[in-house]
Amino acid sequence: MSDTTTSAPPPAPGTAGAASPARRVTAQAGFETRTILRNGEQLLVTIVLPVLVLVGLARTSIIGLDTGGLPRIDFVTPGVLALACVTTAFTSQAIATAFDRRNGVLRLLATTPLGRSGLLAGKVLGVLAVEVVQVVVIGVTALLLGWQPHVAGIPAAVGAGLLGTAAFTALALLIAGTLRAEGVLAVANLLLVLLVVGGGLLVPPDQLPGPLAHLATFLPSGALGEAMRGALLGTGVPPLAVVVLAAWTALLAGATVRFFRWQ
Amino acid sequence: MPTSIAPSGVVPTADHAVVVHQLVKRYGGRDVVDGLDLVARAGAVTAVLGPNGAGKTTTVECCEGLRTPDAGSVRVLGLDPVADARALRPRVGVMLQDGGLPTGARAGEVLRHVAAMYAAPRDTGELSERLGVDLFARTTVRRLSGGQRQRLALAAAVVGRPEVVFLDEPSAGMDPQSRHAVWELVRELRSDGVAVVLTTHLMDEAEDLADHVHVVDRGRLLASGTVHDLLTTEPDGDAGTLRFDTVAGLDLAPLTARLSTVTPDAATGWSAAEAEPGSYVVTGPADPRTLAELTAWLADHDVLAGRITVGRRTLEDVFLDLTGRHLR
Repeated sequence: MSDTTTSAPPPAPGTAGAASPARRVTAQAGFETRTILRNGEQLLVTIVLPVLVLVGLARTSIIGLDTGGLPRIDFVTPGVLALACVTTAFTSQAIATAFDRRNGVLRLLATTPLGRSGLLAGKVLGVLAVEVVQVVVIGVTALLLGWQPHVAGIPAAVGAGLLGTAAFTALALLIAGTLRAEGVLAVANLLLVLLVVGGGLLVPPDQLPGPLAHLATFLPSGALGEAMRGALLGTGVPPLAVVVLAAWTALLAGATVRFFRWQ
Repeated sequence: MPTSIAPSGVVPTADHAVVVHQLVKRYGGRDVVDGLDLVARAGAVTAVLGPNGAGKTTTVECCEGLRTPDAGSVRVLGLDPVADARALRPRVGVMLQDGGLPTGARAGEVLRHVAAMYAAPRDTGELSERLGVDLFARTTVRRLSGGQRQRLALAAAVVGRPEVVFLDEPSAGMDPQSRHAVWELVRELRSDGVAVVLTTHLMDEAEDLADHVHVVDRGRLLASGTVHDLLTTEPDGDAGTLRFDTVAGLDLAPLTARLSTVTPDAATGWSAAEAEPGSYVVTGPADPRTLAELTAWLADHDVLAGRITVGRRTLEDVFLDLTGRHLR
């Protein structure tokens, strides 16, 4: 360590200093990513579930979908990518944060040079890293099944994914920071099922029955699904979807800042 | 609100790493900490001793910047733990009572992760070996025993070479070997000039380790000083204790009256209490005659003591006198 002599006395207390903010946040992001990717249940919900849904919807007709004449795989993949975003940014993150909160992990890390803002930044980066893994796994699977995405729409899809990640991470932190860990476990899984079935992620809102069609259009899940489909099918991202996602992000982030309890 | 940060009677100096003055913290209208004063010096071990619910953890959490005081002031290394958090975090090490360790990660990984928050942390290999963390470095935190978690949490608290360390119940759930490893590390930190603040309800921990003890109960400071100070504080300066076990429920008032007649000239009087059913502690100016008087009194009651010991007051006696003997 020292540039003078190897037998120098050990450095005095208070000389460790903080690592640079970038290094702290990357370290936290790496730690979060490894923890999620090593956890069996988290892998099940973030990787296995979306892939199963993709294969199931593309290869069977159990769920009737009006693809407007498009191949099923082209129509389904954008929705599965939206679902993947929700599983990581919302379900997985809500559960992980809730248990970290209950176990005092958030408090302990807040006392290290990482601090609360570094912890938050690390979490968001960790979510994005897991999403990259998801996009690779789902994208390769879809391509093998014959997916032909509208390549020019990829930047818009990335933008939609980032906006969706922001909205759903905010929702994850809101419930993780206000409910008991066991409650979060239940709510996060239940909400995921509801959003998959009737939230407009996989099935476009206008194909949902009755009032659900109008409701899902204004849910972050429906907006994210529509934005993904619009981008990757080449029909363009509906401006309403962007407005809805942005509004939810602002609302949920504000509520999280207001109501999140660290202990 | 007083603006001075000096606890009554104590002038903070450069070697006061922690100064808590008239701290108040309320939860749901209840004062958990109620006008607490407390100081801790660099190069010393300061124990905050108190029963469960005394406000120890809340006080320490205010020092760590995890809670904001409702009134009063807290200064750590001359800084405000909340407002100056960014400057303090690299200089302060924390071991929380509930550990705060991520349960899904391996022990060695957790320590290296905390170390990564510092520019020049301690060598994690050496530290792991010191505390025996290397023996379970590849085990996930979820599977560690209570004592192993505590040792890992302590390692995480000191890996950033802190100037001030807060240890909340550091040896809870530890086996004797672990405790000694922990105590040895704490002594080493002290000789390196670190201010070590530990909360505990373990008398032997405070007695063996602490240079300074603050006895806290119901959110207030009851007594403060070295262990020696506390043991010899008036009015029980020359007090000894007679302990005996026999049948439960003896009326002790006649006993103290009889003992007082044996020591009429003593500066201090006698007190007696049944610490647990059938287990008595009598405190006063003990000498051979008072011991004889005690056995005579037992004979008068026709009871046989299973055990009689004579000794000086312990920190536990002082503690129980200050905080009461009732269960909570």
